[in-house]
Amino acid sequence: MTMSTHPVTTHRENAAPVLATEALACRRGARVLFTDLSLAVHPGQVVWVRGANGQGKTSLLRLLAGLSRPEAGRIAHESGRERVYVGHANALKDDLTVAESLRFLSRLHGFDTGADALDAALHRFGLHSRRQAPVRTLSQGQRRRVALARLCLAPAEALWLLDEPFDALDAEGVQALNALLAEHAARGGSVLLTSHVPLTLNSPVPITLQLGEVA
Amino acid sequence: MTAPVFSAVLGRDLRLAARRRVDALLPIAFFAVAVSLFPLGVGPEPNTLRQIAPGVLWVCALLAAMLSVTQLYAGDQADGSLEQMLLAGGSGTVAALPVAIAKAMSHWLLTGLPLVLVAPLFGVMFDLSGRSIAALCASLLLGTPILSLLGNLGAALTLGVRNGGVLLILLIVPLCIPALIFGSGAVSAVETGSSARGHFSLLGALFITTGLLAPIATAAALRIATE
Amino acid sequence: MAETRFFTYASPPRFYALAGKLIPWFWTAAVLLAYAGLYIGFFKAPTDATQGDAYRIIFIHVPAAWMSMVLYLVMAFWAAIGWAFNARLASMVARALAPTGAMFTFVALWSGALWGKPTWGTWWVWDARLTSELILLFLYLGYMALVNAIDDTRRADQAGALLAVIGSVNVPIIYFSVKWWNTLHQGATISATAAPKMVATMLTAMLLMTLACWAYAFAVVFTRTRAIIAERERDAKWLNGGTA
Repeated sequence: MTMSTHPVTTHRENAAPVLATEALACRRGARVLFTDLSLAVHPGQVVWVRGANGQGKTSLLRLLAGLSRPEAGRIAHESGRERVYVGHANALKDDLTVAESLRFLSRLHGFDTGADALDAALHRFGLHSRRQAPVRTLSQGQRRRVALARLCLAPAEALWLLDEPFDALDAEGVQALNALLAEHAARGGSVLLTSHVPLTLNSPVPITLQLGEVA
Repeated sequence: MTAPVFSAVLGRDLRLAARRRVDALLPIAFFAVAVSLFPLGVGPEPNTLRQIAPGVLWVCALLAAMLSVTQLYAGDQADGSLEQMLLAGGSGTVAALPVAIAKAMSHWLLTGLPLVLVAPLFGVMFDLSGRSIAALCASLLLGTPILSLLGNLGAALTLGVRNGGVLLILLIVPLCIPALIFGSGAVSAVETGSSARGHFSLLGALFITTGLLAPIATAAALRIATE
Repeated sequence: MAETRFFTYASPPRFYALAGKLIPWFWTAAVLLAYAGLYIGFFKAPTDATQGDAYRIIFIHVPAAWMSMVLYLVMAFWAAIGWAFNARLASMVARALAPTGAMFTFVALWSGALWGKPTWGTWWVWDARLTSELILLFLYLGYMALVNAIDDTRRADQAGALLAVIGSVNVPIIYFSVKWWNTLHQGATISATAAPKMVATMLTAMLLMTLACWAYAFAVVFTRTRAIIAERERDAKWLNGGTA
């Protein structure tokens, strides 16, 4: 049910945390999902939030993104540090083309919307050939790639909050995302993601944060 | 930071409407059908029709605006776009403000403005004088933004709620009554030869007040709905 | 400290206990005051020169109409408090107020109709006051429908609070616009029925009936709030026999 979790130990502790929470508690309707959650994410880290279904992984990400307010506790995020949230849903409209969707999402958040940057992002995820196709005609995996392509356009050292990013991706897609995550961490960005599929990312080694039952 | 959000959302909504032109015209079709019911129900006597025309046209415009507002946020909430739009402005109620204003604007451009343009045609069908038709267009020009702003608020309040469409109408129509009274009153006044200046001043004041307050309330409602 | 004592009853368990003790007193007061008010109003107050005995319905109509408007503002107030300070009890009280407010509005409407029938011959007339009462009924129904339609209680409370506040701001605007509409269309002939010149006994009866309505409102709203508390906190230990 609701248990406290151990504070996440981190390497690179000399750098100030990009995001830190103190005694965070989350409620969904009448259920309290977790209490007393304290964590800190530092630059260059990839944090993998694990837990069974319904433990509050998505709720935690939404809290950290600023979409909802916590039941208790505090969230402190470094001012000036961009947060990019890619939720479980893709945020794509069926009637827009791939390129239009990407340009909209990028423009919305004030990211780079130059044609070169958009092309590079699409190439990264193997979608450049489908850039004029309406989202309606794409498969689930392809739509996920479009949703993720936005990450290439975000500021370099942003904090990425990704909810089930590997969902529906095929082997190539997983590879592309892994490469992107590694690159992002290497240049000082940070990632907090959920995935019920085991991560195949090697560098950096993801730090595990387990939500859920503690004996 | 707010300017890109507003223009991005507005531009996207207009582009989406352009791709689904038939859907965008449905409120106008509803308006036409609803208006045409009244002569059928009341009888074709020109004097009667001329008398009821301001009220009938205004009420049908109100209903057409309310019916089309129910889908304003539903699609975006379902596919996760709404979350992204709300995040773009930062956190807190103020962040949702550009989204609220953009949505109200897009609704008005796609439903309200067409109603203003189409109304003269129906004014002629009800044998209104030229001056009355001009007054009708002017009153709708001031009034339909009010309806869009209030409908927008209703859509945000009933976001994701079952029977949201009917509930929205129950909630918002009472709030639209002042606009209805001043708007149709203005047209009636012109039709009977008296001055509509008072009506238009009140309608204008209502427009300004609603324009200032409704978006803030809508932003708060959006926050509540996506918590 | 005085502050502690005031907020002590903001906790549901304590309110539950206190309300439980007060409710029988409110009922007693309501019944006694209503009996006294109606007796004086229907039997002791003099017959009016112009309206005869038909005017006596105002002893029900006016307090009911007044309560309907005041309760809406009270409801909006507590709902806003509940939203602003995350105070559970305030939100529960707001929800409890709505059906009673709607009931008073309904009573005001049909008592207005009963008054109208002998006076101007029809069961309903679209005068400013009655029309505003009708719109107020819609506002109440809208609030109740909204909080009922949203399953998540916290979201329902917050959305309801926002709607109630918006409604409160709109009530004067709506009333003004309806008055405007009425003077334009009806003219002086079918204007609102004026109350007769009030003699001392009439005022006494009016005051007693108003107090009776207040006592009744407290009794019913407290009862309903207790029911809401019981429903929302049903898993809490204090309800099931444990200590608070």
